[in-house]
Amino acid sequence: MHEMSLALAVVDQVDGALRDEPPGTVDTVRLQVGELAGVVADALHFSFTLACEGTALEGAALHIDTVPGRARCTPCGQEWATGMPPHLHCPACRGTAAALVAGRELRIVSVHRTDHGVVPAPAPASEEN
Amino acid sequence: MCRVVDLQQAVLAENDRRARALRSELTARGTSVVNLLSSPGSGKTALLEAELTLARSRGIPVAALTADLATENDARRLGRSGAPVKQVLTDGLCHLEADMLRGHLDGWLPDGTRVLFVENVGNLVCPATYDLGETLRVALCSVTEGEDKPLKYPTAFGLAHLVLVTKSDLADAVGFDEAAFRAHVQQINPGVETVLTSTRTGEGAGVLLEHALAAHGNAPAHRPVMARQVLPREHGHTHHHDGVAHSHS
Repeated sequence: MHEMSLALAVVDQVDGALRDEPPGTVDTVRLQVGELAGVVADALHFSFTLACEGTALEGAALHIDTVPGRARCTPCGQEWATGMPPHLHCPACRGTAAALVAGRELRIVSVHRTDHGVVPAPAPASEEN
Repeated sequence: MCRVVDLQQAVLAENDRRARALRSELTARGTSVVNLLSSPGSGKTALLEAELTLARSRGIPVAALTADLATENDARRLGRSGAPVKQVLTDGLCHLEADMLRGHLDGWLPDGTRVLFVENVGNLVCPATYDLGETLRVALCSVTEGEDKPLKYPTAFGLAHLVLVTKSDLADAVGFDEAAFRAHVQQINPGVETVLTSTRTGEGAGVLLEHALAAHGNAPAHRPVMARQVLPREHGHTHHHDGVAHSHS
């Protein structure tokens, strides 16, 4: 299950990227995972929770956007959904010189975080009575 | 205050960076790396032992690194060829990563090695995602595993530069449908060469070595569709594609 290695890499990268940010908590980490990336989303969710323990990301949620596989034929320009398992011959000209437009993504898109210490201080108690 | 921090980083960026560095370093040293992927029991070790023995008989300097969760059995078997062999125990990890490979080469890989064969952990899922800095990636499948194996493990077979069928001597006994297997490979990896091999009959002997030597110092002759990436047609907004998959031109 390489999803544990991937989860550790995500935590490591997010932790590193937020090092210079003001203190706060990480609420959500958003990933793009391509249909052809060879990653099981459930296993990644499970591993992510474990990988976050004891780090600045503890308690963070993982949001995975699945990206469908798409290919384009280089000679004829036809574009198609690859499906899973993928069909990578051009459906129009039967050529073998296609390339992926999408589907192998495995990227950290963004992080939602809440800054600490910038919460407005409560208004001073009134001294009316 | 809630904020969104835009990161746009490839999860495998660090592994891919180390793999590229290792590929450049070894190419400069005249060594090409062959990454062998298959299920456990497909016959990677038997085929590799035969190819190492063949290389030695031709005076070609080759070496092999074999990864397993436990035991040094494979290193002992491969060592019978006389080639330098190193066993890597992954302590339960299901795949090799570029920095692990790098760490095992220092002080071991003999200068002048033409081909370093890396027998990955027997597993068609996890190793498929990790670039090790190889020049040639080979996916193996024995005739006993079923013709639809490439469809079940599309990343492993889809990114291969060469597909080898092993144990072809058993093909008739198990009713292996060669045409169906080839069609499935072509569906996910159009244009890749598929060769039948058997260490019992000698069918396909030397094919792995020939491909490894041909890939030496150059990009592999075959470029899998799955390893090529093009940018989407522009729709007026920016797309980020670094690190997702790179094409070699």
